[in-house]
Amino acid sequence: MKKIFVTAIAGLMAASPVMADLVFPSLSYRTGPYAAGGIPFADGYTDYFTLLNERDGGIGGVKVSVPECETGYNTEKGVECYESTKGEGALVYQPLSTGITYQLIPKTTADDIPMHTMGYGRTSAANGDVFSHTFNYPGSYWNGASGGVNYLLETNGGDISGKKIALVYHNSAYGKEPIRTLEELQKKHGFELSLLPVDHPGQEQKSQWLQIRREKPDYVMMWGWGVMNQVAIQEAANIRFPMENFIGIWWSGAEHDVLPAGDKANGYKALTFHNVGRDFPVFADIQKYVVDAGKAAGAGDQVGNVLYNRGLYAAMLAAEAAKTAQEIHGTKDITASMMRDGMEALEITEEKMAALGMPNFGPSFSVSCENHGGPGLVGVTQWDASSKTWSLISDFKATDIDVIGALIAEDSGAYASENNIASNCN
Amino acid sequence: MSEQIVYALEVFANGLMSGVLYALVALGFVLIYKASGIFNFAQGVMALFAAMTLVGIQNGQVPFAHLINAVLGTHIHHFGWHIHSVLALIFTVGVMILLAVAIQRFVFRHLVGQEPIILFMATIGLAYFLEGFSDLMWNSEIKTLKFCVAEGTCLPQGMNMAIDEAAYNAFGTGFFIDNLDISAAIVAVMLVIALVAFSQYTKQGRAMRAVADDHQAALSVGISLNFIWILVWSVAGFVALVAGIMWGAKSGVQFSLSLIALKALPVLMLGGFTSIPGAIVGGLIIGVGEKMFEYCFGTGQCFGGIINLGGATENWFAYVLALVFLVFRPQGLFGEKIIERV
Repeated sequence: MKKIFVTAIAGLMAASPVMADLVFPSLSYRTGPYAAGGIPFADGYTDYFTLLNERDGGIGGVKVSVPECETGYNTEKGVECYESTKGEGALVYQPLSTGITYQLIPKTTADDIPMHTMGYGRTSAANGDVFSHTFNYPGSYWNGASGGVNYLLETNGGDISGKKIALVYHNSAYGKEPIRTLEELQKKHGFELSLLPVDHPGQEQKSQWLQIRREKPDYVMMWGWGVMNQVAIQEAANIRFPMENFIGIWWSGAEHDVLPAGDKANGYKALTFHNVGRDFPVFADIQKYVVDAGKAAGAGDQVGNVLYNRGLYAAMLAAEAAKTAQEIHGTKDITASMMRDGMEALEITEEKMAALGMPNFGPSFSVSCENHGGPGLVGVTQWDASSKTWSLISDFKATDIDVIGALIAEDSGAYASENNIASNCN
Repeated sequence: MSEQIVYALEVFANGLMSGVLYALVALGFVLIYKASGIFNFAQGVMALFAAMTLVGIQNGQVPFAHLINAVLGTHIHHFGWHIHSVLALIFTVGVMILLAVAIQRFVFRHLVGQEPIILFMATIGLAYFLEGFSDLMWNSEIKTLKFCVAEGTCLPQGMNMAIDEAAYNAFGTGFFIDNLDISAAIVAVMLVIALVAFSQYTKQGRAMRAVADDHQAALSVGISLNFIWILVWSVAGFVALVAGIMWGAKSGVQFSLSLIALKALPVLMLGGFTSIPGAIVGGLIIGVGEKMFEYCFGTGQCFGGIINLGGATENWFAYVLALVFLVFRPQGLFGEKIIERV
């Protein structure tokens, strides 16, 4: 009897192929000084995959699992998280930290696992000919810098020569990213650029804002993260700097960045590469299948926030790349290597986003072997303190590819020669 | 007066104001070190915990809501009330006293007679515990702190217009002083007067000083070490609450408040670990020193700009300044000179 039972089970197992989960690890930070930014992103990322599992039965019929590993925004812990989760069949990593990204670029390449660093990380990774496993579509910091300048050109009738622009930046590799681009754009457009570094964590910025008060720049751009954002916006309000002339990068433009300054933050602007708010059909599904079902990653109170939307958007792009990989390779049970192919062949159209319940949520774009950075389109959002909402005031527009392309070629070329990397695309 | 001199004076005055905020943090360290010889690494986290508790009570937040919801499957977050700031302050002081009792009962009572380094390490453990406990109790979101003593009388923020206008009329250029900094300076002065009065003119204050001078002698005249240490940790908790309010009003109440302790270390090195006036004077010197250095050499505004270090000098310069003072006075400006005879 026992023998028959075992034989039957073995036969059953042989007859039906075993489908393992598609694994999308989430290197999150829900603790530490940057938790306020890490939590909504991680919630959005996980909730989207939960939605796919609950509503669609996963991706292509295969369930998705999202193992979470806490990095605390600490580079060493981030690398430990990578090492401890890559053996679980990880398809793609989103480290949400420029420091961790730099450490993982050679590791992911060696392990044949793709990495997506959307709007952060190493900008020159947009050159897929050198960085075969790193993708930073749909935009990078350099697109951000150029997008900010383009917006100022647009609001000044195309001429910003002689205008003073101050860059208040986190004194770290992340904060210094836009400097080269802005210096090149300074030469091209003739504006005056002054640089104001702020040391970590950024709680004390009196000197920088007294300097801004003295020098009276026409515009202030900010590359901040964490407490630096809240303090900068408060200090700007204190010295009565006009908020509509204060523009932050997308990591300085969430609800928690502006709320502590209250009404004085009204009019503050931030760059973006995706849409804001919860006026999209997908959120009704998130509410029904995830939040109301008690399956939300967090308390469900972050849904529709800027960074929640960013996590959701990142998950959507990862899921679409996985679908593309399944189509290319003719199998539902894809590997990390196949996922990389899917990411490189990803095509996001407005029709596709509308079908996903996310019309005009981000720009339409396609990825290629040479271009892992996407189109680099940048929009502008503005904070309304009375309704406590962000709104998109400038649609996703092209950035200065001439300037950025040359910088990407220079930086990636240097990386390729340092690391003896041959062309990936030929 | 030339614009340049007015700017320099503006930087100087703002340095003084920043120094007051640093001194507020340093005071908590001094109180505990003076009474028990413990360097309390957790002082910054106590400021975070105190400010989070204040805002949580003010807004009627349910403590441990995430934990309760995760375990019981409920969706509770708030009680639905909003408590007056002063009442919330009183409740928070109560919580800080309870915390002091718990720290004494569960940590330091078991470590009596241990080496100072053991006590110091215990405070490191306490800091990490409190960090996690604060997050668990009140969650990691950034909370807006609005402290009002009466309707329309809240902790002010923004430029003081009277000073700005007076300077403009006198020198033809404005003068920035933040109202919050002025409030912090007034609160700090009141706090120091209260602490000095308490330690000089009350029975408990004199007992605290006796314990600080000599534990054994204090015990021999019937002073309870347990009680005094709870008292000291409670007072340090109150000072942490004040520091948390002042810093939290500016940046929102969030995890980074725990890092304000880093600003107090050079103040303590300079002012001495055992002197309340030392914490104040040290804070002012560090505040002015780092701001003037940034102005002159960080951004190249002095001496024709011959030295321009490109900014962001404040964090490291504060420590350099403290180390320079230590070369000449190893015990700090107001610290007690320790002479150990064989």
